[in-house]
Order: sequence, then structure tokens, then C-alpha cells
Amino acid sequence: MTLLERFELGDIRALSRLISHIENRDTDFQKLLGRLYRRAGRSIRIGVTGPPGAGKSTLVNSLARLCLDDSQSVGIIAVDPTSPFTGGALLGDRVRMGDFPTDGSVFFRSMATRGASGGLASATDNVAILYDAFGFDITLIETVGVGQVELDIIDTCDIVVVVIVPESGDAVQMLKAGLMEIADVYCMNKADRPGAERLVADLRNTLQTQAMVRASATSEGKLSAHHHTLAGSEDSDATVPIIQTEAVNNKNIDTLHKAIFDHLKKIRESGFFEQDRRRRLRKKILSILSNRFQAEFVNGLASEDELDRAIDQIASGQSNPYDISAQLFEHFLNRN
Amino acid sequence: MPKKPKKIRVLLAKPGLDGHDRGIKVIAAAFRDAGMEVIYTGLRQTPEMIVDAAVQEDVDAVGISILSGAHMTLFPAILDEMKRRGADEILLFGGGIIPDEDIEELEKMGVARLFTPGAPTDDVINYLRKAVEAKKSDEEVM
Ligand SMILES: Nc1nc2c(ncn2[C@@H]2O[C@H](COP(=O)(O)OP(=O)(O)O)[C@@H](O)[C@H]2O)c(=O)[nH]1
Ligand SMILES: [Mg+2]
Repeated sequence: MTLLERFELGDIRALSRLISHIENRDTDFQKLLGRLYRRAGRSIRIGVTGPPGAGKSTLVNSLARLCLDDSQSVGIIAVDPTSPFTGGALLGDRVRMGDFPTDGSVFFRSMATRGASGGLASATDNVAILYDAFGFDITLIETVGVGQVELDIIDTCDIVVVVIVPESGDAVQMLKAGLMEIADVYCMNKADRPGAERLVADLRNTLQTQAMVRASATSEGKLSAHHHTLAGSEDSDATVPIIQTEAVNNKNIDTLHKAIFDHLKKIRESGFFEQDRRRRLRKKILSILSNRFQAEFVNGLASEDELDRAIDQIASGQSNPYDISAQLFEHFLNRN
Repeated sequence: MPKKPKKIRVLLAKPGLDGHDRGIKVIAAAFRDAGMEVIYTGLRQTPEMIVDAAVQEDVDAVGISILSGAHMTLFPAILDEMKRRGADEILLFGGGIIPDEDIEELEKMGVARLFTPGAPTDDVINYLRKAVEAKKSDEEVM
């Protein structure tokens, strides 16, 4: 039997092998995804992002358990950075996983970024499609977490949870880091530590101001980049919920879980859910195209010899990078 | 485009109840610096948990550190579980204070390689690279 046939029968090992094929971009991996795609579309993707040590893995673990309690199967992807110098990676998010049933209702895969810089690996979206096709009801995705905004998550997930901690500084700093625009739900974790209340109040304040600003923008018919409300809809002034949790003590995770699924219900009813999936599909098509183009372009555009000659010309003052690039581009177009 | 060598993925675990994880963390860092993707699972893992994680992570090799003296039960238990899960092509290697005659017996059972304390990490890394490269797969994708 082929891996694909075994995958279709629900074989965990086959799922795991296929993930590797996709991660390694083995021959025909896109054809494989194409074959599987029609089975996908049902899984809800929840992203968890935030600074290192904020408690993302611990939260993902607890959220997974609540989903299981609701009889939902869960696929988890946890991303950690690849060292740019050695290409190696230490993937440690599994340490926070409690002992889950080994009956296939929970699946956990660690992924290294392998050079991508947006907080996820470039294969993460494809692996999530695989999860979806395999039949996991919920897909939980944990970003690398470097403290800076990790934008990949909003192009990969239906719902984004931003985790902050009392040590995260003040709301203005978070605003600067870009963490404000991407959250559907805030999770103020480590609420057992001093400063939590103050930061929540600060954040709430800032969010309300932002919501007012946005309300005045949307009334002019603009759609905010990634705020999950439709332009001009009733609740465009609704602020993002902030849930205080203590992940290590498993405290208030049920409230966080509820806030996530309430939000899901809301965006489904408003139509934003479908609209955002269409936005992501558009991006996906363009990204596949541009990757393809880049791969073929780089091979076809200029040979090493041509590049060397071009650099010689620039170095000797006969040309410059702009004119040379324009010439090479012309050559390429004429050749094809 | 020239084909890059396959990225090696290794899972490291320390089953049993004995103490701390400094040793295994040193090994983990050495593997990472050698360009591998290292999945670390923490302490007190049962053979079932270790193999379940190895299957989900699709690792090339599982490395076990044992100091407790329970190697003659733990390694065979992991090998059995790998067979049961259809994952016995994953290399099982390990290290710890293990008498020579036990090493011989365990390697006969199917443990790929056992290292005794003090083995240079470079030896372990070179061994892994060769062993993983030598593995052949005849699986069909589609
Ligand atoms: N005090 C406190 N510590 C926590 C809480 N949640 C998680 N931690 C600890 O924070 C550390 C980092 O957690 P982890 O989930 O690995 O964070 P990640 O790097 O964001 O994935 C661990 O030692 C956790 O036990 C919490 O609510 N309160
Ligand atoms: Mg983590």
C-alpha cells in the first residue's frame, strides 16, 4: 500500500511520513497536497503566539485537553527556530505535553523554521492542510515566539491568540511590536505574578481607543487589515477579549477556551470567517506561484558565468546593478 | 538544483525515574550544532510514550540515556513497542553505564548501537550520520 492509501485509512505513521515528505519538499509534494486538498476544509485553525517563555506550549497543552473533553480530535504544530549557522534546531515544546491518550485523538508535531522568518516554517500551512485532510477537528499552531510580531500566523489561522505576561511591558510597547493588530483573543498568562491587573487595565484602555479609531475608519467603508469584523458591521467597535490565565495551574483555561469558540461563532455568523479564508487562499495561490517562479527564474535567469561577467562590469565602472538587472531580465524574457 | 542531504531528526529521551537531565541536554546541543533537528521529550517517559512521540515526529533515530540500570528491560520494551507500531525501521541507540555483555545482547536484539559514558559526542554524531544515510526506504508515496 502507498503512504497515501494508508493515510486515507487513518494510519498515523503514514500521516507522519507524509508530513516529512512535505517538509522536505520531496518530488511531487504539491501533487500530493493537491490530491488531499478536497478532504480538507473542516478543521478550525487556532494560532498561539507571544514572547518566549510566556507559556504558549503549556496553554496549547491545556487547550488541547479541553477540546478532547468536547470530543474534538486535535492536531498540534509547534514551531521552534532553526539555527541560521548550523541548520540544526532544538525542538523542546513537547516537554510541556502531558500524557495524552495514544489512540490518535491527539497528534503533535515539532517543526523547525528551516530559514523562514515569519514565526512559522514555510511548510506549516501545508502540514496544517494535511492535518485537516486527516480529520483533526481542531488544529493548534504555536509560533516560534520571538517577541516581535510573527505575521505568518494570521495567514495560516482562523483565530489568533496572543499570549502576554506581566513582564511584557506596557501596552504602548506591545503596540509598537505589532502585537495589537493580530489578536482575536488576548491571553494574559502568569496572572499569578504581580503586575497582571495593571497591564490588563492598560491594555484594555489602549484597545478601546484603537476600536474607536477603527470604527471611524470602517464607517468610511475601509476594511481593517486583519480585524475580524466586517466593514460597517454592528460590532466594529467591539474590543478584543483579554483573558487572565495561569497555565501551570490550569486556571481559567476554560474561560480562554470559551472566548476562542465564542469568537469563532461570531465570525462565522458575520461572514468574516469565510471572507478571511478567501483572503488567505488568494495569498496562498500567489505564494505558490511566486515560489515556483522564483525557483525557475533563479535557474533560468542568469548563469553563474553571466553573473560573474555582470559583477565585473559593475566593478570596473561600466555598469551598475540596476541596468544590469534590467538587461538580464530582457534576456530572460527574450529567451522564453 | 543539487539535492541537499536530508535533515536528520533525532528524538532524545530519558526514561525511568532517575534524576536530572543535564547529560542529555548536552548531547541535544551537540546534535543541534551538528545540524540535526533534535526533539527533546523530557524525563520519565514510558516506552509507549517514547515510541508514540517518535512515530509522530517521524524521527530517523531515537536516543535513550539510561543510568538507572534498567537497560535490560527498557530497551527491549522500546524495541517491542516499535514493532507493534510498525516503526521498527527507526534506529534505536543509547548510552549509559551498561556492562559489555549486556551491550552485546541488546545489540543482538536490535538496538543499533550503545555508547558507554565518555564516548566523544563526535563519534556519536558520525555514527548517526552514516547509519541514517545507509537506511533505505522502499515506500511509495502515491
Ligand atoms: N508562574 C507561572 N508560570 C507559568 C505559567 N504558565 C507557564 N509557566 C511557566 O513558564 C515556563 C515557560 O512555559 P512554556 O509553555 O514552555 O512557554 P513558551 O516558550 O511560550 O512555549 C514554564 O516553566 C512554565 O511552567 C503561569 O501561569 N504562571
Ligand atoms: Mg513553547
